[in-house]
Amino acid sequence: MSNPNIVYLDKNSAPRVMFSGDSIIEVDLPVGTRCIYPKPPVDGLKDVDAAIRYAINHPFGCEPLYAKLRPGMKVVIAVDDISLPLPPMRRPDIRARVLNIVLDMLDEHGVEDIEIIVAVAYHRHMKENEIKRMVGDRVFNRFWPERLYNHDAEDPEQLAYLGKTDAGEEVELSKAAVESDLIIYVNLNLVPMDGGHKSVGVGLCSGRTLAAHHNPRTMMEGGSYMTPENSGLHRSVDRIGRFINKKLDIFHIESTVNNRMFDGNLDFLAKNPDDYSSFEKFKLRSTLFALDRLPQAARQEIFDRYRAPYAITGVFAGETEACHKHTVDKCYEQYLVDVEDQADIQITGIPYISPYNVGAFLNPVLVQVLAQGYFHNLHRGKPLLKEGGTIIITHPCSDRFDHEQHAPYTEFFHKILTETSDDFELHKRYERKFSRNPAYIRMYRHGHSFHPNHPFYMWYWGTAGRKHQGRCIVVGADNEYVPRILGYETAPSMTEAIRMAKESAPEDPQITCVNYTPIMMTQVS
Amino acid sequence: MTASYFDVDGTLVRTNLMHTAIYYMANQINPLRSAKSLARLALRAPQLLLSELRDRRTFNEQLFECFAGMSEDRLVCLADDTYNFAMKDALFTGARDLISRCKAEGQEVVLISGALDFLLERLAADLGADHWVGNRLEINDEHCTGKLLRPVVAGPTKARLIVEHARTKGHDLAECFGYSDSYSDVPMLSVVGRPAAVNPDAALLRLAHAYQWPVIRLDKAA
Repeated sequence: MSNPNIVYLDKNSAPRVMFSGDSIIEVDLPVGTRCIYPKPPVDGLKDVDAAIRYAINHPFGCEPLYAKLRPGMKVVIAVDDISLPLPPMRRPDIRARVLNIVLDMLDEHGVEDIEIIVAVAYHRHMKENEIKRMVGDRVFNRFWPERLYNHDAEDPEQLAYLGKTDAGEEVELSKAAVESDLIIYVNLNLVPMDGGHKSVGVGLCSGRTLAAHHNPRTMMEGGSYMTPENSGLHRSVDRIGRFINKKLDIFHIESTVNNRMFDGNLDFLAKNPDDYSSFEKFKLRSTLFALDRLPQAARQEIFDRYRAPYAITGVFAGETEACHKHTVDKCYEQYLVDVEDQADIQITGIPYISPYNVGAFLNPVLVQVLAQGYFHNLHRGKPLLKEGGTIIITHPCSDRFDHEQHAPYTEFFHKILTETSDDFELHKRYERKFSRNPAYIRMYRHGHSFHPNHPFYMWYWGTAGRKHQGRCIVVGADNEYVPRILGYETAPSMTEAIRMAKESAPEDPQITCVNYTPIMMTQVS
Repeated sequence: MTASYFDVDGTLVRTNLMHTAIYYMANQINPLRSAKSLARLALRAPQLLLSELRDRRTFNEQLFECFAGMSEDRLVCLADDTYNFAMKDALFTGARDLISRCKAEGQEVVLISGALDFLLERLAADLGADHWVGNRLEINDEHCTGKLLRPVVAGPTKARLIVEHARTKGHDLAECFGYSDSYSDVPMLSVVGRPAAVNPDAALLRLAHAYQWPVIRLDKAA
């Protein structure tokens, strides 16, 4: 039976449309190339507020939220940060909807001692306007800034040590959360990697706990970190989460979105170009015309301002694992596309955004996070690319770093990566010393910079992908220097890149073009 | 072990050398002399401004000329009050936090500034800094001559003093940290391996962005 998400190109096929950073390009691919497209967006819930109320009144694996409440208790509500969904969603953000309903319930039950913590861990602290947009005006005006704030993983006075897991992982969490009678975690689950034990166990922890799993050894264990049942990262996170759950009362409220990342002028991005209507062809031509003529800063501004029309597909609440199982299943329902064989050569466009550059330029380390990290891991079972195969990506790989968000990345890229790109050497020799720079820590704590450990973690994020992929060829790089540091080869055109890739591929290689905007996951049978 | 070298005026405290000078001039032995000293300082303002635009060392030398004739006793007896006015009460909220973090990382903390050495001594004790290098007034017959003893701590001289300090203490400069707010301290920031611009002026901010140095603000709540 033919799969509607898979298209084999013939001589009449239109050029494929893909991102190359903040540009959109058309590329001609060889006849016989397999192109994989995401499933259409799953229908959204008709009444999201009703779904939220139903979920918290009929939770999985524990009593309803109202039964946990009593006057005078201390409640900490933790919320996911702006790193997801991507692009940021249009208002009302699902987190604001959940918060409004939960806070009404807390008020009705006489709970007054409430703090809301944005669970950023080592991510950058969200800005005031971003938090306001995320939680909504009503919650913001009531709680900001004393009782609504970013978690600070570097403030010893805000942290409490809980102990060690059986495997020796140290657990240190937000003191406010530890001292509360109830933690309510409001999650937005973009991909299966998110949520579950990762919410509290990572979002509200300190560097001591992050070090247990954000290291090259753990990142290489098991399979894709998008399949929590197989990944070494999740094994560690789950151990930590179960340890926390024995000591703290946590009520999760998780929600899932469909894959409607684009609408209006960009909705054609989710479709096979052969199926474009005349109007969609016009929109493509107009977009290409405009983006070609705009300077980079203007292109970035346009995409930064774009808000995605995601629909909420599910709301699940309750005990961590019982609730999260349903969340992950809902993600799989939207994202998984069955594919018959692995590819020898994979062609993938790198977009302008990752979870770590909302409002900033996608710097070279983050290009690597997508090419060897996320896009390698967006599979269930076997990776899409055969071991030792070649991935061809499209991105300018510009030597550009955001001053405010990515200051530690610059030094990491130019000083550390030029000395070694070996994950274990980076971890052993450089990470500790680099990440204790007081200036970078100040930028993390009191500015909007990622923690100086973060570029290391992002490099480890690509550990398994780098080991699996034989070669990475980048098309459209505006320099040779950045790709060389990242271990990439460069090609002036897609045709040349494919020719280069074929040199190390078996005869008559399986070439697959897959783009992850909108997000999808492959499941190779 | 590594070291962190901190400029002071504008970096750790919001005041500058002018505040010290004004405080001393305003607190002379009698109001008449205070008025005279302040008037003399005001008359020199255009010249000081030009010097500041030209180079920091000349500015320092011209500014401290206003101390000429002041007794050493007066200098010492006003030191605590001057320190409270010009430094302690003007400390940026994040300064203590930054220095205590440097200390926690096992770094030797050195204050290097055009400020007067006896004020820096008090600041170092207050912040827990290990060492300080500041300007010293020349004293002759128990009175200030209005000159500074060599070396005058400013601009490129700071860089030389840092190199000498690091060599003496066995620090690898590539591993050392430097913090300043001013473009005039670019030589000092350039000799250390890990410079940072703190509350930078416009010129230093441009340079920090060009070289991708970290930019931090200490004037936000700690």
